[in-house]
Amino acid sequence: MSDRYILAIDQGTTSTRCILFDRRATVVAVARAEHPQSYPRPGWVEHDAARIWRDTQRLITRAMRSAGIGADQVAAIGIANQRETAVVWDRATGVPVAPAIVWQDTRTSSLVSALDPALISERTGLQPATYFSATKVRWLLDHIPGLRARAEKGEVLFGTMDSWLIWNLTGGREHLTDVTNASRTMLMDLSTLSWDPALLDVCTIPQAMLPSIRSSSEVYGAASSVLPGVPIAAAMGDQQAALFGQTCFAAGDAKCTYGTGGFLLMNTGSTPVRSTHGLLTTVGYRIGSEPVAYALEGSIAVAGSLVQWVRDGLGLIGTASEIETLAGTVADNGGCYIVPAFSGLFAPHWRSEARGVIVGLTSYITKGHLARAVLEATGWQTREVVDAMNADSGLALTGLNVDGGMTADNMLMQIVADVLSVPVVRPMVAETVSLGAAYAAGLAVGYWSDLQDLRNNRHSAGRWDPGMDGERRAAEYRRWQRAVQSAVYFSDDQGQT
Amino acid sequence: MIQSIERSSAVLRLLAAGPDRLRVKEIADALGLPKSTAHGILRTLEHVGFVEQDPRTTRYRLGRGLLDLGDAGLDVNELRSRALDWADALAARTVEAVRIGVLQGDSVRVIHHVFRPDDTTQAMDTGLVVPAHATSLGKILLAYDVTALSLGGLDPYTRKTVTVRRELARALAEVRAQGWASAVEEWESGRAGIAAPMRTFGGLVVGAIGIYGPVERICDSRLRPRPALVEQVRATAHAISRDLSGPRR
Repeated sequence: MSDRYILAIDQGTTSTRCILFDRRATVVAVARAEHPQSYPRPGWVEHDAARIWRDTQRLITRAMRSAGIGADQVAAIGIANQRETAVVWDRATGVPVAPAIVWQDTRTSSLVSALDPALISERTGLQPATYFSATKVRWLLDHIPGLRARAEKGEVLFGTMDSWLIWNLTGGREHLTDVTNASRTMLMDLSTLSWDPALLDVCTIPQAMLPSIRSSSEVYGAASSVLPGVPIAAAMGDQQAALFGQTCFAAGDAKCTYGTGGFLLMNTGSTPVRSTHGLLTTVGYRIGSEPVAYALEGSIAVAGSLVQWVRDGLGLIGTASEIETLAGTVADNGGCYIVPAFSGLFAPHWRSEARGVIVGLTSYITKGHLARAVLEATGWQTREVVDAMNADSGLALTGLNVDGGMTADNMLMQIVADVLSVPVVRPMVAETVSLGAAYAAGLAVGYWSDLQDLRNNRHSAGRWDPGMDGERRAAEYRRWQRAVQSAVYFSDDQGQT
Repeated sequence: MIQSIERSSAVLRLLAAGPDRLRVKEIADALGLPKSTAHGILRTLEHVGFVEQDPRTTRYRLGRGLLDLGDAGLDVNELRSRALDWADALAARTVEAVRIGVLQGDSVRVIHHVFRPDDTTQAMDTGLVVPAHATSLGKILLAYDVTALSLGGLDPYTRKTVTVRRELARALAEVRAQGWASAVEEWESGRAGIAAPMRTFGGLVVGAIGIYGPVERICDSRLRPRPALVEQVRATAHAISRDLSGPRR
C-alpha cells in the first residue's frame, strides 16, 4: 500500500507555498514561488489574483513531482491564506474584474472613518480599519462602472484568497469561505457566524456576491483540474492556521508569530471574549459542526522591522542575525529603552500620534546596549499584549508557542520568556501555517482521528525557561512603561508647537 | 604565479582606491582587460562576498565579505539562522538531538540546539561550552583549524578520551580523510556523537553540525556509528554548505 499525504497551500502576502505532509506531520516536499507586489499609487497595494492561481497550480505539480507521488496519494487539500485581501471576479469567465486589493492597502481610509466603531465592534469583534475586506469590496463596487449592478445580479463574486482558490480548484463549482476568513471581512456577525444584513447595508455590498460561510475543517468539494477528485477539506486565515498548527486547542493556549511584526493569538474557547483593551475578537477555527473556538488577537506592530531599521537605517549591523551578536557584547541594556512607535502605539495603548523614542541615554551607552534594547522592545510589546489578553479573557498564559523568522534569535526568545515569566516553546515543524491547514484538512477526511492525534505529532525543537528574577522583571517593566509614556508625551509636545 | 589571482587583486585595489562605484567597462579599461574577463572576475568576487553590485546602477564596490576577513568568519548568529531549518529536519529524520558548534579557544561553543523529538524534558544547550578533543563537533573543528594542535592539555573525561597528542593528530587526519567525525563515550559515558563540517566559499569550515545521544542509538553493537545516521549528518552538512556558499539573503 502506498503512503498517503496531505497537501497544504499557504497563499501568503509575498509568496505561495505548497507543502506535502505525511502522517507524522513531517514535511515531505515544499514548492514556493514569490509573486509581485504592485504599488500603483501611494497607499495602494495590489496582487494579481490570476497569477496567484497560476502559481498555485504550478506549485502543486512541482510539490507532487518532488515527492514522486500521484493524485491518488493525496488524501486532502487544505488552504491557509493571507487574510482580508479582496478579490472580485466574473462568475462566467473566472477573470478578476480588478487587481486584488491587499490587506495592507489604505485607499479606503475615508470610507473607514465614516463607519460607526461601536456597531462594527459589537457585531464583528473588530475595530474599523482599512485592513478588513468590507471597504475594499465597497471601493471596487464604487469605482468600476456597472459593477454594483452586476454584483446584485450575482454575475460577479467576491472572496478572500481562500474563496478564490477553492472556486478555481473546483472548476467554478464552489463559492465559499471559511468562518475564520469571514470573520476578517468586517461583514460577519461574530455570534451568528453569518453575514450581517446591517453591515452589508452600511457598506452597500449585495448579498448575491458573497460566498457561503462554512467551517474551517469539512469537505467543501473535490478538485477538478489539478489533483482531480481530491477533496478540498480545509481553509483558514494564516494566523489562525498557525494557531491550529501549533495545536493551541485549549482555552488559554496561545501562539506568537514573530516576523516584521508579531501576531499573538490566544484560544479563548467557545464563547467570544469582548476586549476592553483594544484587542480583536476573532474566530480561531471551527471543526465541522462542532462549536466555534474563538480567539483574541493582538499584534506587535514593530518587531523584526526594528531590527531591519537598525540594519538599513542606522547601518549598525550587516545582517539581521547580527543584532544578537551585537547585543551579546553587553550584559544588560545599561538603562536604555527603545519604544519603536514608528507609526503610533497599538494594542493596548492605541495612540496613533505617538512616535518612537530612545530613552535613558548616557555616555556609557554603546551600540551593544542599543541592540539589547531593540530585542527587549519586542519582548515588552509581547508582554503588553499578553497582559491585555489575560485581563480580557480571565485566563493566565502558561506558555507561549512561537514561530516565524525571529525564533532563530536565541537571545530574543530568552528575553520573551524572561519578561512573560512563562516558558517559550519552538515547535519542530517551523511551517506552522501550512501545518495548521494540513491538520484541519486531515481531520475532515479522517487522515488524523482527533485533536489528540494531532497533539501527539507535536514535538518541541527548543524551549526557553524564564530566568529573570521577579523584582528585576517588575522594575524593568516599570521603566519600559515610563519609556512608553515618554513616547506619548513627546508626541503631545509636538502637537502643541 | 596565478594570473587570475593577480587580476582579482588588481580589481580589489582599484575598487578600494576609487571614491566612486565603478562600471565593468571602467574596470576593464583601467586594467587593460577584455570586458568579459573583468566581468568574470567581478562575478566571482561577488560570489565570495568581496565585491557587491548595486542592483539599481549595476556599478560595483567592495563587499562586506572583506570586512569579515578580520573576524572569525561568518557571524555565529547568522550561521544559526541559515542552518535552522536544516537542523530541525535532521532532528526530525534521525529522532536525535542536533547541535551546531563553533570553536572558542580550545573548546566548542554550542550555538544551536534542537531537542530530540520525543517529548522528554530536555534543557537547552545553546551557549554551553564543551571540550573539543572529546566531542565529534570539536574533532571536526580541530581537524580543519590550522592552529588546532598548538592547544593546551588534553584533559581526560572518560577512559576513552583521547589524551595523547599524537593519537589525536592521527584521529584528526582520519576525520579529514573521511569528511566526518564521531566521538563515542569520550566526553560522557553512555553518549556518542556524529558530526560533519559546514563550509562556506572555497571550502572554508565555519562550524560543525552533529547529532548527540545515547550510545546504543547512535552506534551499532560494536560501538561503530550507524552508517545511516552518518549519511544523514553528512547530507545535512552538505546542504547547509551549499546554502552558505550561495548568494547572501
